[in-house]
Amino acid sequence: MTTMQDLATPVVNTWCPGCGNFGLLMAVKRAIIQLGLNREEVVAVAGIGCHGKVIDYIKTNGLHVIHGRVLPAATAVKIANPELTVLGFAGDGDAYNIGIGHLPHAARRNIDLTYIVHDNLVYGLTTGQTSPTSKRGYRSKTTPRGSFEFGVNPLTQALSADASFVARGYAGDMHHLTEIFKQAIAHEGFALVDVLQPCVAWNRVNTYDFYKERVYKLEEEGHDPSDLDEAYRRAGEWGDRIPIGVLYMAEREEYTNSFPTLAEGPLVKQSIEGIDISKLLREFH
Amino acid sequence: MRITGLMDNSVSFLIGGEAGQGITRSGSLLGKALMRGGFHVFGANDYPSVIRGSHNFYVLRVSDEEIWSQGDSVDLLLALNKETILLHEDELTQGGGIVYDEQVELGEEELERDDIVLFPFPLTAAVEEMGGIAIMRNTVALGAALGLVGYDKEIMKGVIADTFAGRDRIIEMNRQAIYKGHAHAREPYDESYPCRLEPSDENPGRILPTGNDAVALGAISAGCKLYAAYPMTPASPVLHYLAAKDEEAGMAVVQTESEISAVNMVVGASYAGIRAMTATSGGGFCLMTEALGLAGMTETPLVLMVVQRPGPSTGLATYTSQGDLLFAIHASQGEFPRVIVAPGDVEECFYLTMEAFNLAERFQVQSLILTDKYLIESHKSTEPFDSERVAIDRGDLRIMEKWREEEEYRRYKFSGSGVSPRILPGTRGATVLANSNEHTDYGYTTSESEKTVAMVDKRFRKQEALREEVEGMDPVKTYGDADAQVTLVGWGSTKGPALEALKMLGREGVKARFVQVVYLEPFPSRAVGEALEGVGRRILVEANRTAQLGKLIKLHNGLAFEHVFLKYDGRPFNPGEIYAKAREALG
Repeated sequence: MTTMQDLATPVVNTWCPGCGNFGLLMAVKRAIIQLGLNREEVVAVAGIGCHGKVIDYIKTNGLHVIHGRVLPAATAVKIANPELTVLGFAGDGDAYNIGIGHLPHAARRNIDLTYIVHDNLVYGLTTGQTSPTSKRGYRSKTTPRGSFEFGVNPLTQALSADASFVARGYAGDMHHLTEIFKQAIAHEGFALVDVLQPCVAWNRVNTYDFYKERVYKLEEEGHDPSDLDEAYRRAGEWGDRIPIGVLYMAEREEYTNSFPTLAEGPLVKQSIEGIDISKLLREFH
Repeated sequence: MRITGLMDNSVSFLIGGEAGQGITRSGSLLGKALMRGGFHVFGANDYPSVIRGSHNFYVLRVSDEEIWSQGDSVDLLLALNKETILLHEDELTQGGGIVYDEQVELGEEELERDDIVLFPFPLTAAVEEMGGIAIMRNTVALGAALGLVGYDKEIMKGVIADTFAGRDRIIEMNRQAIYKGHAHAREPYDESYPCRLEPSDENPGRILPTGNDAVALGAISAGCKLYAAYPMTPASPVLHYLAAKDEEAGMAVVQTESEISAVNMVVGASYAGIRAMTATSGGGFCLMTEALGLAGMTETPLVLMVVQRPGPSTGLATYTSQGDLLFAIHASQGEFPRVIVAPGDVEECFYLTMEAFNLAERFQVQSLILTDKYLIESHKSTEPFDSERVAIDRGDLRIMEKWREEEEYRRYKFSGSGVSPRILPGTRGATVLANSNEHTDYGYTTSESEKTVAMVDKRFRKQEALREEVEGMDPVKTYGDADAQVTLVGWGSTKGPALEALKMLGREGVKARFVQVVYLEPFPSRAVGEALEGVGRRILVEANRTAQLGKLIKLHNGLAFEHVFLKYDGRPFNPGEIYAKAREALG
């Protein structure tokens, strides 16, 4: 039995008091515990930004990579050893700006990992610039007249990339978020969980109050996660009502199942001693 | 095995035509046929970056002794179109011949040479006669070439049968094409061409790989379990080969969405505990540089082949260069140890790739295998690769079910050598934390001054250990006379033409030497210093504009070169031009 104590690290947390990251991290830990996972079989791969410190704050295996490159690194961890549970952590800048090029590819491969995006609609660690998910009109030091670019919609992006699991959570509702994470981790394939979270330091628009008034739970309105058209419709909602929950879920062949070499077991467990290439050399004679 | 050449104990063929006519394939088939008869062969291709239409050619040189590069002239031109004749006529050796389609209208006034022999062949007619397709004209030309030099056509038949095994109709058509070309060479041209190649009775069992093949086979032998790459000329053939052989190779092969993805996959896979590799060329390598720093900081083993081609930017996409040496040494921000190794022939491509994996894991650093288009796409006959010659050494990688030490596992535990034990994520009783931020021995992020210095010093202790290791492993190879009047100094693919230049100098009684710097980082200044002591006139030979190896030697050994031969037109060195520089230097 994994406990909260098992997942704790001695590192002093430097997230701002009230940051949405706390709720998110707690939900991740609860999901790990409730799914009965050991900390040794979980690998957290994190990008760059406030979220990236997550690997210092959760005692699992951890790989802190560079900005935007969580998905390739996490994909390969899973290819090397499918017995591991791989969690990718990224920020909205990380996932939807510099790293968005990897999103459709991880989705179409349907690699079995859970991609958790700390989406606070602003750049935190670099001191408050406009992010790809910031809404049109958002004012910051990089958009003093208000952004005249439309924000990226992560959910429709993921749906159009054929992601087999698309969800949105809210860091202010930890219990609900835990349930989403549990489903995402249990899902065999690529799972995107975009997590709305207030940034108490920089984002004066998308605050706890903002979300509290607007979020509603998809499952409470009878949403059918197998209905792609309905998922698209709900994904477009952003106004008085903002949906959270599992938007879309489908069964599809998982990536690592298709490599013939992996049929013989995890690559990390295959011996590399005494490899005989004499058969391969034949065509060169 | 007997050979009669026009100039020396070698014969050079040049097969030319349009892109899409199967030029390289034809060249390698001819090479194999001659290799099976006991000859040593070398083949290099030349093609622009287009799929169809423009001029392509392949030069195949054959000899009864080991041969390292193309020569300076062509003895028999196999012209699949008229353009080939006009473009290459001036490269023909005196007394050389041109095989071409009799349907090509070639007026005598169109040719500048009157010291060559023309061999019109019914290339198209022969193919039409047997109901073949146009591309088979090149097979008729191969038969013609073999006929003209008096070579046994049955050996080529065997090569065709093996190459197209299971496709009986193709084998039969090609056999007919070979026979037709061969027969026409005997009659009417019997013995009218002076070059002769007579096979020995026994096939000595050599192989004819390209550098790409050799690197791919080296990776397989080294136990590489993931190959991730994005297509880029001239590195793509490794991806093609491994994708086709993934099951036999025991490898997962991924065509990624970008080079950035490829190299980050290698980092992820290596962190998880398997050997992994990628390969690319200039532009792709630029994209990968940030991840080199990631691997450096996280001390994750990484193997990467950089195939050089002329830059900057897209440059000459299908030509050769040695312009990325200093870039490769310094690529990525910050300071961290790495290995740069530059094979000089196919055999070194194989064995040094295996070594590169060992060094990467033993020192938990990145090994960059620096090659170039000329090396990587050229064929050279060689003894079959022996994967047992390099034992797998994974360094301090502890594969175990459970961490049983009393103290907690620390990914970056301090040690005298700077190398910390690696374990697989998933090992019970331990968690593995690799961090791109500066970190503590456990792997937690830190920005403290003392901890930073300690960790930087730890990484650089590995460099010192690595430097000692490299100095002890033949990092500089020397060829030729110890008491040389003239010494050529180079790296990578320059080896081939340089060794051929040594042969030319030797024939004239000039004592000459070639010094090949194989490991370029950590720079083996001790071995370089020893190799360059008292060696007569020194000539630096490099395929770049700024003498990059020369800069390293100046930096590390304080030696400058009086004579420098730099070539940067994208074409490989020819032995004769190196020979001429040596002559010039000797005065």
